[in-house]
Amino acid sequence: MADGRLEIDRISKRYGDVIALRETTFDVRAGELFGFVGSNGAGKTTTMRIALGVLAADGGEVRWDGTPINLETRRHIGYMPEERGLYPKMKVGEQLVYLARLHGLSTSAARRSMEEWTERLGVAPRRDDEVQKLSLGNQQRVQLAAALIHNPGILVLDEPFSGLDPLAVEVMSKVLLDKASEGIPVVFSSHQLELVERLCHRVGIIRSGQMVAVGAVDELRSGGTVEMVVEAPNAQAGWAGGLTGVTVRGHENGRTVLELGDGADDQEVLRAALATGPVTEFSRRRPSLTELYRTVVTQEVAA
Amino acid sequence: MSTPSDIQLGSWQAVSLVAGREINTKLRSKAFVITTIATLVLLIGFALVMKAISGGSDATVGFTNETSAMAKPFAAVAESVGESVDTKTVSGEQQGRDQVSDGSLDALVIGDGQSVHVVVKKDLDDGLRDAFNVLAGQVALNQQITELGGDPAQVGATVAGAKAQVDQLEKPYPYDPQQLVLGIVAGILIYMSLLINGQMVAQGVVEEKSSRVVELLLSTIRPWQLMAGKVLGIGLVGLLQMVVIGGVGLAAALALDVLTISVTAAVGTVAWLVVWYLLGFLMYSLVFAGLGALVSRQEDVGGVIAPALMFVILGYVVGISVLPSDPDNKLAEVLSVIPVFAPTLMPMRLAMGGVPVWEAVVSVVLVVAMIPALVWLAGKIYANAVMRSGARVKLTEAFRQV
Repeated sequence: MADGRLEIDRISKRYGDVIALRETTFDVRAGELFGFVGSNGAGKTTTMRIALGVLAADGGEVRWDGTPINLETRRHIGYMPEERGLYPKMKVGEQLVYLARLHGLSTSAARRSMEEWTERLGVAPRRDDEVQKLSLGNQQRVQLAAALIHNPGILVLDEPFSGLDPLAVEVMSKVLLDKASEGIPVVFSSHQLELVERLCHRVGIIRSGQMVAVGAVDELRSGGTVEMVVEAPNAQAGWAGGLTGVTVRGHENGRTVLELGDGADDQEVLRAALATGPVTEFSRRRPSLTELYRTVVTQEVAA
Repeated sequence: MSTPSDIQLGSWQAVSLVAGREINTKLRSKAFVITTIATLVLLIGFALVMKAISGGSDATVGFTNETSAMAKPFAAVAESVGESVDTKTVSGEQQGRDQVSDGSLDALVIGDGQSVHVVVKKDLDDGLRDAFNVLAGQVALNQQITELGGDPAQVGATVAGAKAQVDQLEKPYPYDPQQLVLGIVAGILIYMSLLINGQMVAQGVVEEKSSRVVELLLSTIRPWQLMAGKVLGIGLVGLLQMVVIGGVGLAAALALDVLTISVTAAVGTVAWLVVWYLLGFLMYSLVFAGLGALVSRQEDVGGVIAPALMFVILGYVVGISVLPSDPDNKLAEVLSVIPVFAPTLMPMRLAMGGVPVWEAVVSVVLVVAMIPALVWLAGKIYANAVMRSGARVKLTEAFRQV
């Protein structure tokens, strides 16, 4: 199983009486950008901290490339904690070199890497400034550089996009996609679902410490219900009422929103629509990740 | 895959990287440079003041040719009443009077040498007056002895030789006042560096916690490596500071002749100071590191390390208030062997001298034996508490967790 995958295998964690994670399981494939979403307190940060070894799991295993992760392999992970943290009074350049050295790089390699990443992330002119003198946005860039400085074989980023301006979001997105295309597994958590949908190859949704959906966004969509929008100006209300597996969600000014359940045939819907007169729009409405997320999370709450 | 080939980072390397950062940061901090220089200036200033007080004479007394025979007996008398005087012979009474008026002489002895007649500008200070009165008495006595046909010199020698015989049941240690001063200085130095460097460790731990950088660090090194590196780094800088201050201070004191104890004794004092600084620092800083990890804000550091700090302060206060006047004090002697008080008390006693070898050895052995236990204890508290930010972690929780 030496395929460069990062596997989170049935990890559990409880804090006193609170169960934070129950057998949380997912994997991030090499070369893949994986979006990790869930509400606050669902267990994203706990999962990432366990993967990084800063927190011990009660049960389960984290594997990379088929072998359980230990302190040595952890040094290959680039990590951006949710709680951003750097020495406020240390200079940007020195700090990055220090962190790179702690990950096992030689002094010269650490210097080169620091120069490369500060250049790439646009903070090169601030190398000799103390971190606390930088703007929040630039501190974020330095934080990202800290995660990338040792040329990691895995990237685990907790909320990397929070607090970034649109320009910085673009820089961050590009870096993450670049790293994934280099063939390493990249996982990040975020509440910005449109961004996750746009960037990620696959997503995982966690709720109350359990994964409730894992897969490509398209895959997840196909699992849910299908919505259709039909615009037939002459159609009367109730034109689609008799069709099997079809529920009418709304009808207004000749525009009808339908939900197609199991056994429904979209071609039959089209025929029925044409029977009412001209059809100006007939489209499948693809649920966004936001809608999927809402469905998944509320379903679980109801269950 | 862009995996870097072979990441090798041994424990020692991790610890020394952390220590290196601490040393680098501290040596470049203005506060460190300023305190070191200020302490040095203070010590050298102290040595100079001591020299000014003890080195020079209190007064200069002139004698005419007629009275010059009294110069020697007068110097001896003055010394016996605790006055240090310089004597000189002036070429004539008038020149002597002139020198008294311009202040280059404090007093001038005139007359025919048969009685003591002193000329001063305004007033004679009490010490000198006593000395002159004793001298006058002696002169009168000598005249009487001569009149009675005796030999004043012989009588003087007999009187000087007569002494009360004292039998000592227990031989007290002959404390050298200079060594007592040395002990006080040693005590202040070790107290200050334990206080400053110990708190530095606690603050450093909290700084990493409050800035959250600790999470990033612990994703690549183990908690104990971070703690050990911090203690080591700050400890080494403190040691350097101690050696520089102790060395320069001692060199200045010896060079200025303020200290007249042997160089070996002086070096011995510094060596003991270094040993006890290392032991004390290790002991306390480990505790401070563990305690510091319990809180997340700098404002809370003081409160959380206060109980441990009390031992440092208590030992020092007992030492500084009791030992200089009573170096044999039993309470101080007993406390100085107990590990929590030893780092402040023992170096003071060692600098003052008279510590039985067994006490010195036992106190070191006890502290050395305690350190591994503290390493384990502090390491456990630190590892369990350092990642828990927010409210103060209770000590009992830090023990139980994980």
